[in-house]
Amino acid sequence: MSVPVVIFFVCALLAIVGAVRLILAREPIHSALSLILVMLSLAVLYLLLGAPFIAAVQILVYAGAIMVLFVFVIMLLNAGTEERTDFSKLAKYVGVPLGFFLLLEIGHWLAHSPAGAVVANGAGASGRAADTAKLSEQLFRQYLFPFEATSILILIAILGALVLARKEE
Amino acid sequence: MSVPISYYLVLSAVLFGLGVVAFVFKRNIITIFMSIELMLNAVNLAFVSFARAQNQLDGLVFVFFVIVVAAAEAAVGLAIVIMLAQNRQSLNVERVNQLKF
Repeated sequence: MSVPVVIFFVCALLAIVGAVRLILAREPIHSALSLILVMLSLAVLYLLLGAPFIAAVQILVYAGAIMVLFVFVIMLLNAGTEERTDFSKLAKYVGVPLGFFLLLEIGHWLAHSPAGAVVANGAGASGRAADTAKLSEQLFRQYLFPFEATSILILIAILGALVLARKEE
Repeated sequence: MSVPISYYLVLSAVLFGLGVVAFVFKRNIITIFMSIELMLNAVNLAFVSFARAQNQLDGLVFVFFVIVVAAAEAAVGLAIVIMLAQNRQSLNVERVNQLKF
């Protein structure tokens, strides 16, 4: 086994362990810390896939900004142990089978469709790392309008958060 | 030997499935938000690996937009969570059932 394969399996294992811990943890703060573990291992996988800019953004924005916001709210609300109520019947008898069905479907697609086969035999990590300069050129030329639209989205989100968090007088 | 793209796609599918399970089983509204973030992360991994397989950069641009939308959603969503917690003294989604039929 070569080094990239070992790195992939270590990070994949860490990501799955983090996701399972997110489900099993009873305290929201433990779930948040496990989610940060998932995000960090995904950042390493992005590096392995030759996308250094996305890996940096993943750590800065996701593991940094968004998760700090989550941890901040958890501490602000003093969220203690989650109370376990009886699960809704809909979730138990429809949600779980449908989740497994989704996984089976994706696995079947990967194994049988021509696109999946092509991808499976694809270039792997053979090419060069994605050039950040080229990425920015694409972002600011071809995708300029969606990029500007996201700035309006962020503005609306800030306004919405302000209106929601405002004290009623 | 490099890692085949299909490994990444399987990992992405597993993470998405775990996100769905967390979304369905968790009762705490903050943890439900976190499982949405987990699903978004799984989709991002699929985007990056497809961009790698096709040798194009468009997938990475999409990941950028997904991260922006996730940030906006977290800001508004957590403001709503704070409002709910103030009004109901509870983070349990079972207590927020006015819109349920």
